[in-house]
Amino acid sequence: MIAVTRTFIARPIAFLAIIMAGLSMAGCGINTIPTEEQRAKAAWSEVQNQYKRRSDLIPNLVSSVKGFADQEKSVLTEVTKAREQTTNIQLPPDIITNPEAMKKFQDAQATLSGALGRLMAVVERYPDIKSGQNFLALQSELAGTENRIAIARRDYIEAVRSYNTEITTFPGRLWKMALYPQAKEMATFEVSPEEQKVPKVDFSKP
Amino acid sequence: MAGAPNAARCFTLHNERRALARAMLLLLFAVLPAFLAPAFADPVYPQLSGRVTDEAGLLTPQDKAEIEKDLADLEQTSTDQLAVVTVKSLQGYPIEDYGVGLGRKWGIGQKGKDNGVLLIVAPNDRKVRIEVGRRLEPFMTDTMSSLIIQNAILPKFRRGDFAGGIKDGIRDIKSVLLGDAEEVKRRAAGGRTAQDDPSDMVNLFIFLLIVAFIIWVNYRQSQVMQSGVPGSRRRGGGIVVIPGGSGSWGGGWSSGGDSGGGGWSGGGGDFGGGGASGSW
Repeated sequence: MIAVTRTFIARPIAFLAIIMAGLSMAGCGINTIPTEEQRAKAAWSEVQNQYKRRSDLIPNLVSSVKGFADQEKSVLTEVTKAREQTTNIQLPPDIITNPEAMKKFQDAQATLSGALGRLMAVVERYPDIKSGQNFLALQSELAGTENRIAIARRDYIEAVRSYNTEITTFPGRLWKMALYPQAKEMATFEVSPEEQKVPKVDFSKP
Repeated sequence: MAGAPNAARCFTLHNERRALARAMLLLLFAVLPAFLAPAFADPVYPQLSGRVTDEAGLLTPQDKAEIEKDLADLEQTSTDQLAVVTVKSLQGYPIEDYGVGLGRKWGIGQKGKDNGVLLIVAPNDRKVRIEVGRRLEPFMTDTMSSLIIQNAILPKFRRGDFAGGIKDGIRDIKSVLLGDAEEVKRRAAGGRTAQDDPSDMVNLFIFLLIVAFIIWVNYRQSQVMQSGVPGSRRRGGGIVVIPGGSGSWGGGWSSGGDSGGGGWSGGGGDFGGGGASGSW
């Protein structure tokens, strides 16, 4: 009888111990690596999402300029080609832990940014285009998208920094050794020299 | 009995541990700089002082009260949080970066609904921006924000009428946000709230598990007591577990609700860079 009583009592206590152990481990960071990993992945999706958004805007932009500025064909083809390159690029599934693939992706997008910048500069010479409602709308969407890309990239860089720090420092390093051996450092964007510029403070204005 | 091998094992373990500790220490120093250096230096943001934060002093008390009432009305109707801020200086940052940083810091908009809008006026930098919360982007598009800035705000700003420009801007932002009545209703009712946060659900689940466990133990015990040892007095009380430690459940909701003016705060909404800027 006593033995039976013991098994009844002992099992729930083991059960409780497991729950408590789970809770206490959650407190000391067992979940940090997967959490940070998911956060970084979400940030990466956002980056891709915003680049896609820009890519989707381009055909409209090109066609709204085309009608007015036929002589600026070279800039337009440059933009179209650069866009094609970004859409043709094969993104391997492991891109975020693959610095080479990341660099390729980044280079293609940077080429497109450059081409778009030149197109917008050319448009400055055509008041007809510039003042068109359609173009104004596209321009504000494009500006907003570029801004979103910048922010998505920054969030991604921050998420990766945090994740990489977690898996290379104590106690995350121990958790990685014990439970998440597949966790790899993620690749991040190299910040271009232009982005690295410290904001200039202008004291001349009151 | 097996003292010697044990001691030897202990010794090597000890050595290994020391080596590991040393490696850890080295590693810590190696990555410490990455820890200390902030990824991006942040500007110094003004203190949130209600729906209208007039750091640059562009508004009279009457204007401010009027605008605040307007903004409170909007939140009542659609739960969208619209805040106005005038700043003395952007501290050399582009207004786009400043706007996102400020919106996130203040957490304008409800958490999970991300339905905040921030109207930022920097008179000394001659810049204005409408910063739109993530989930309002489909309604308050960049084009719409740009049109409001170009047509409602800037003409008045150019004449030095800041209060007028801000009021007109808010009027138009409101009319866009409230434009589609059905959509407004859906937005006010739906969306995720803090209560649906996954971490809260996990907490709730653990809590229920523990409660179920306690009930089960008590039930088992009473059964054992009844059938097991006849005649013995039943012990009172089972096991009492007080769960705690892993975060708070409930009330993570910190939006100011309908209290106008003082004490109002953002609900934790997120911003992703939507909106438009203008300068004059």
